[in-house]
Amino acid sequence: MIDDDRIEEAAYQIMCKAAIDIPDDYLQGIKGMIDLETGDLSAFVLKSMVDNWEAATEDRRPMCADTGLPRYYVKVGDKARLTEGFVALERALRAATARATHEVPLRPNRVHPLWRTEHNNNVGLNAPEVEWSFEPDVDWIDITTVHKGGLFGSDYRMLFPGDGINGIKRFFLDTLIAFGKRGLACQPAIVGVGVGGSKDTCMQLGKQAACLRVVGDPNPDPKIAELEAELKELGNNIGMGPMGFVGSSMVVDCHIEAGFTHTGGMPVSVHTFCLSSRRATARIHADGSIEYRTDPRWFTPYMRRETIGWEAPQPASSSFA
Amino acid sequence: MGSSTTGLKQFRLKLPATAEDIARLEPGMIVYLDGIVYTAREGAYKRVLEDGVALPDGLTELSNANFHCSPAAAPDTDGSYRVGGVTATASFRFSKWMPQWLERTGTKIVIGKGGMARDDYVNILVPHGAVYLTTVGYGTGALLGRGIRAVHAVHWLEELGIAQAMWMFKVENFGPFIVDSDLQGNSLFATHGDRVNQRLEALYEGLRPPALHRYGETDDRRKEVM
Repeated sequence: MIDDDRIEEAAYQIMCKAAIDIPDDYLQGIKGMIDLETGDLSAFVLKSMVDNWEAATEDRRPMCADTGLPRYYVKVGDKARLTEGFVALERALRAATARATHEVPLRPNRVHPLWRTEHNNNVGLNAPEVEWSFEPDVDWIDITTVHKGGLFGSDYRMLFPGDGINGIKRFFLDTLIAFGKRGLACQPAIVGVGVGGSKDTCMQLGKQAACLRVVGDPNPDPKIAELEAELKELGNNIGMGPMGFVGSSMVVDCHIEAGFTHTGGMPVSVHTFCLSSRRATARIHADGSIEYRTDPRWFTPYMRRETIGWEAPQPASSSFA
Repeated sequence: MGSSTTGLKQFRLKLPATAEDIARLEPGMIVYLDGIVYTAREGAYKRVLEDGVALPDGLTELSNANFHCSPAAAPDTDGSYRVGGVTATASFRFSKWMPQWLERTGTKIVIGKGGMARDDYVNILVPHGAVYLTTVGYGTGALLGRGIRAVHAVHWLEELGIAQAMWMFKVENFGPFIVDSDLQGNSLFATHGDRVNQRLEALYEGLRPPALHRYGETDDRRKEVM
């Protein structure tokens, strides 16, 4: 049984970690880019970012003052049981958001879209978002928070099968260049691409691809993985670096997620996470213990299933089988 | 003025900045600030320029550097404020208020994210003897947070909230910033943008436009989307 106070504690801690500590996969990705960067200003920017992440961790202060729109992704094990219910879980997530906003502190970005009124705690109408998924055969709950800016760097377009892979490439370039100029997208970043689904699923998949997969984690479909590598190279070949300066650092990694779509269409979305790629995950076990990590492990084989039912894939045969 | 290991020129600038110091700034130079910096964005601009509320007393004497920023800050129990991180917000959105604002406040240094639209340097900043500094990244929120020694004052916190209030920060070795524009209106973003643009045509070679266009992609309202 998992108590809601454990959920609140875990949610609060990941709010702090996401705001302050750069995920290691992203840090290593950026360090690799510095070595390849030939633009002097672009290289200066990347080195300054590394200095900034060190300062954030040392001082326990947010890496970026725009702590974005804090939100949650919850994966509930099929065998997990809550002492109270899901309403209590959602309350715990909201309480942790408000407390973290005051104590980290996070910037209280969330306002009513029309009246611009706010509660100064990042909680309000439809905020923070909570997205749900499930995992068979396990009794833990994973909670991930993502702090992503909300203004620039994402776009959606309805393409058609006739537009083909080249159509995706063109739209990918359009989005990176539109928001890459002057660095509005806060590149280099992990770029997520959603292909297919209905319009909202397309946006959701692309955003999750950007925010919930780590650098160096290719799509398990080898042909999609190939396209990911191709798009990454295309982005880094634009000739643009951080802040839109001349350079070669745009895409730290590119992740594509696909969903079955209407037979006549090929909707595509592109999302750039940011230079601080803020994410953190907590696993709450059935005994109430909590483990923290930076890899959300959101896209499991179960999430990517194509079948009606679910049977766990057989492990690959080992040498002594 | 010194030279760092990166080969980029560095400059430590005292605020309020003198005309002589501002004239020495060149696009691409790295700058650190000492003195008082104030934040103002749409909330403060509207309040003063549209609602007619008076500027805080002594603003023009204290600081001539307007930071387009909202801090991650929270009030402490003793009435002071904890400022965690500081990063800029995109400046182009504030263009319509800038001419009047520079006029009213005597601001000479605009600090933000992404610079201004190309014409704004010549039409707005240059006539007011003002230059633009850009934050790095964006953003180096923790490094900039370290440079803030104290909150000198905060105005309109209740009316505008933490993000839109006018914060006056006492800063020391506050940076890094990159000089975007000079007193002639040259802009680093513009020159780098031009260089990037030269390659774009080749990049798009062989990539046909999509079958379905978007209404409003051009100003020609008679155009269909197919």
